[in-house]
Amino acid sequence: MASWPILSFATFLPLVGVALILLFCRGTSPDVLRNVRFIALWTTLITFVLTLLVWVNFDPRNPGYQMVEKAAWIPDFGINYHMGVDGISVLFVVLSGFLMPLCILASWESVQVRVKEYMVAFLALETLMIGMFSALDFVLFYMFFEGVLIPMFLIIGVWGGPRRVYAAFKFFLYTLLGSVLMLLAILAMYYVAGTTDIPTITATQFPRNMQLWLWLAFFASFAVKVPMWPVHTWLPDAHVEAPTAGSVILAGVLLKMGGYGFLRFNIPMLPEATEYFAPLIYTLSVVAVIYTSLVALAQEDMKKLIAYSSVAHMGFVTIGMFALNQQGIEGSVFQMLSHGVVSAALFLCVGVVYDRLHTREIARYGGLVKNMPKYAVVFLFMTMASVGLPGTAGFVGEFLVLLGVFRDNTWVAALAATGMVLGAAYALWLYRRVVYGKLTKPDVKAMFDMTPREIAVFLPLIAVVLWMGVYPTSFLNVTSASVEQLIQTYQTKLAASHAASGVSVAAR
Amino acid sequence: MTAVFPDVWPALPEIFLALSGVALLMLGVFRGDGFTRPVSYLAIVAMLLAAVLAMGYGSGRVVTFNGMFVMDAFGVFMKVLVLVAAAFSVVLSLGFNEREHMARFEFPVLMLFATLGMLMMISANDLISLYVGLETQSLALYVIAAFRRDSEKSSEAGLKYFVLGALSSGMLLYGASLVYGFAGTTSFDKVAALFAGGAHVSTGVVIGLVFVMAGLAFKVSAAPFHMWTPDVYEGAPTPVTAFFAAAPKVAAIALFTRVVIEPFGHLAGQWHQVLVATAILSMVIGSFAAIMQTNIKRLMAYSSIGHVGYALVGLTTGTQDGVRGVLIYMALYIAMNIGAFAVILSMKAKGQMLEEIKDFAGLSKTNPMLAATMAIFMFSMAGIPPMAGFFGKLYVFLAAVAAQDYTLAVVGVLTSVVGAFYYLRIIKIMYFDEPAVVVDKIGDDGMTGVLVVTSLFTLLFFVAPAPILNGAAAAAAALFAG
Repeated sequence: MASWPILSFATFLPLVGVALILLFCRGTSPDVLRNVRFIALWTTLITFVLTLLVWVNFDPRNPGYQMVEKAAWIPDFGINYHMGVDGISVLFVVLSGFLMPLCILASWESVQVRVKEYMVAFLALETLMIGMFSALDFVLFYMFFEGVLIPMFLIIGVWGGPRRVYAAFKFFLYTLLGSVLMLLAILAMYYVAGTTDIPTITATQFPRNMQLWLWLAFFASFAVKVPMWPVHTWLPDAHVEAPTAGSVILAGVLLKMGGYGFLRFNIPMLPEATEYFAPLIYTLSVVAVIYTSLVALAQEDMKKLIAYSSVAHMGFVTIGMFALNQQGIEGSVFQMLSHGVVSAALFLCVGVVYDRLHTREIARYGGLVKNMPKYAVVFLFMTMASVGLPGTAGFVGEFLVLLGVFRDNTWVAALAATGMVLGAAYALWLYRRVVYGKLTKPDVKAMFDMTPREIAVFLPLIAVVLWMGVYPTSFLNVTSASVEQLIQTYQTKLAASHAASGVSVAAR
Repeated sequence: MTAVFPDVWPALPEIFLALSGVALLMLGVFRGDGFTRPVSYLAIVAMLLAAVLAMGYGSGRVVTFNGMFVMDAFGVFMKVLVLVAAAFSVVLSLGFNEREHMARFEFPVLMLFATLGMLMMISANDLISLYVGLETQSLALYVIAAFRRDSEKSSEAGLKYFVLGALSSGMLLYGASLVYGFAGTTSFDKVAALFAGGAHVSTGVVIGLVFVMAGLAFKVSAAPFHMWTPDVYEGAPTPVTAFFAAAPKVAAIALFTRVVIEPFGHLAGQWHQVLVATAILSMVIGSFAAIMQTNIKRLMAYSSIGHVGYALVGLTTGTQDGVRGVLIYMALYIAMNIGAFAVILSMKAKGQMLEEIKDFAGLSKTNPMLAATMAIFMFSMAGIPPMAGFFGKLYVFLAAVAAQDYTLAVVGVLTSVVGAFYYLRIIKIMYFDEPAVVVDKIGDDGMTGVLVVTSLFTLLFFVAPAPILNGAAAAAAALFAG
């Protein structure tokens, strides 16, 4: 265990980059902008190294919180600055650290206006994301969770596409509406438990009636964030209008906040309500998987298509989670990680061609394999990963989720499995329309293949996708102990309350 | 009856402020308008010294002047808030008044006297001293609302404020007379003792209480007594608006809190629903009516109505937690409010003050620092963490949840989402739109100082929130101990 506050370093290091940019980079000359980009890149790289150190220091056999830091923050109200990671959150910290340098690299040339503010927004976003996954105090968690909205709002609104204002407002207000209800739930929990300490509250038993309301309040927040059908409508808009790196972070990390929230709060803290509402989650998720896959088939816009595919893939995540068994939950965590990498890579793929032709309309492309062979290979690889080809990251997650849910409910498993077929359909069809076909359009002909910088962005992504697909154990190992403990907490509390209410516990 | 010379020490800040006001008035009269700047500086110094004197009071509850005047930790907290807010407002007015050719020495002196009235309101322990404090404040405020007497709008604002203020004072006074008639005393302590003893609560007292509350709701500009606010805020010179939105509001909230908690604390069942209705109406009107505004000062008026609604959520609970929430809310509210008005006061182009929201277009390009500070205040008012405003909402909603006032809490958070829309709209205009006008550089050091202090406070409050939170907790505890 590290004796120095490594999580705080990883969380707040990006702010040091912000300070450097604000203090030392004045003016808008090319040299200054170059410095700004390099400061941002180096900050994110060092942060990534720190998050890797978090992983290295992490003991996978210990299911509890590790690298814990605790300091009095608002002592009179029992609110502490409490950080720590367990097997569920540690890989998300690494994921945030991993994607951020790639985002900076991907925006190297495509962002030319207000570069300074752009980098500041991204660095602030990184602080908030890493902090969110490591916060072990509700107030701290909520600050990071909500704070994310500010930089993301600006990123979509300032550097976004033509309908960016609409998309930015929709994103902000949708998420805020869900979050404020969660805030009330947090306050109610504080009132009962007398603390905002997450581990302590996890150990607290809430009355059943209260659990139902609290669960719905958390659900309001996380369902919007995941996003689950029918509150997913902000996502296609936000994705389409956001700049490439914004979409990458949105799909790669921000959506995972919802899934993480379900795992961290709904399931262990409110087990009775979780049991009660699991069918609701199943229903909504199955609808999401099938319906949004069909919607994705009909899309004309590349980013919108991938956005809908995100909703479908996140449907798998929520299904697996509420199967409430080892395979299901581990699978959903794995699926979140793999989706974080794969969808990020797909948005970057769109970004590559968007930077050249400045359109995302699928019909404007075609035949790219002839003049952009390297791009065609990368895009194909990521499409396959998204489809869930064995040997790539996508396969492991979906397989585990289906396995887990099959043990719980075969119908749900069967319906969810159709989503995999549909997923293959829209993803391959997208690839067919963009990359194959005749290369007839003159402006498409003029497009040049990937630059070394772009290849540098994709290489780590390809490596990680392969690694996750070929040797998933290195990731599953990290999560398994904590997931086991999560399920145990869930079942013990459930059994206790069933016993208390005199209901015989049917063995699941 | 033997005349006993009262213990004056608890009232030291008030006495000091009164003497300073008289001295500054004479100084101004003898030296003329050319002496406005020194008089203003001295007024700021006097206010800050009074704040130091208030802080030096310590703790413990002392009643003096025959039970008319009370000083406790609650009073200390609120007085310091009011004095700091007033001092900041004088700083804001300095440059503006000179640029707009309305620099006269009466201005800071009137603000000083208004502040004196506010301090007396905070320490009022009797319906009579309550009224005296309130009128001392109000009379000074009527005059400065109409301070730009050659402007039709300013005069209209002053007149409107005066007429409606007089009406509300009348209601308050009528309510006070009913309370006196049915309870037989005007002293807060005696009223409290009466109802603590389980005396029969006659309808007359309740009606009187409702009238008093209506008068107070007017003063804090809570709905449905808010109608004057947008007009007065829009018409009054901007530094006056900034002052109105900060110090008097804090004082009136303090008075409101003391009245419902101390003398009428045992009548919580009677006033609870009145306050619930007021709070919900204020939050709803404050958030929905602001959406359509085009003038930034009117928008701030509706925003302040909404904020009062949130503060009243805390008061509605009638618990110590609730009062703590109110105090925290007001402390953070004045910081962001003064800051936001400092930004508005910095908006000048081609020699004209800009008051339309659309004038903010593209401010992030023409003046990035100003836009960034305004964005901080807007996010804070919307209650988005990590800005200070979030903590204000956190503690009032915490109190509401603890008191199981779920309706109030849910309405509160939902209206705060609606409110977020119009705050975001300003950020959108500043950051997403193209510039329409280029804002002049004002070069006002005082203003810059206020902007720096308030924006850093709002942005970094979360780093060390404990002092203010603990101060508020102690102040709230003092109110319930007495």
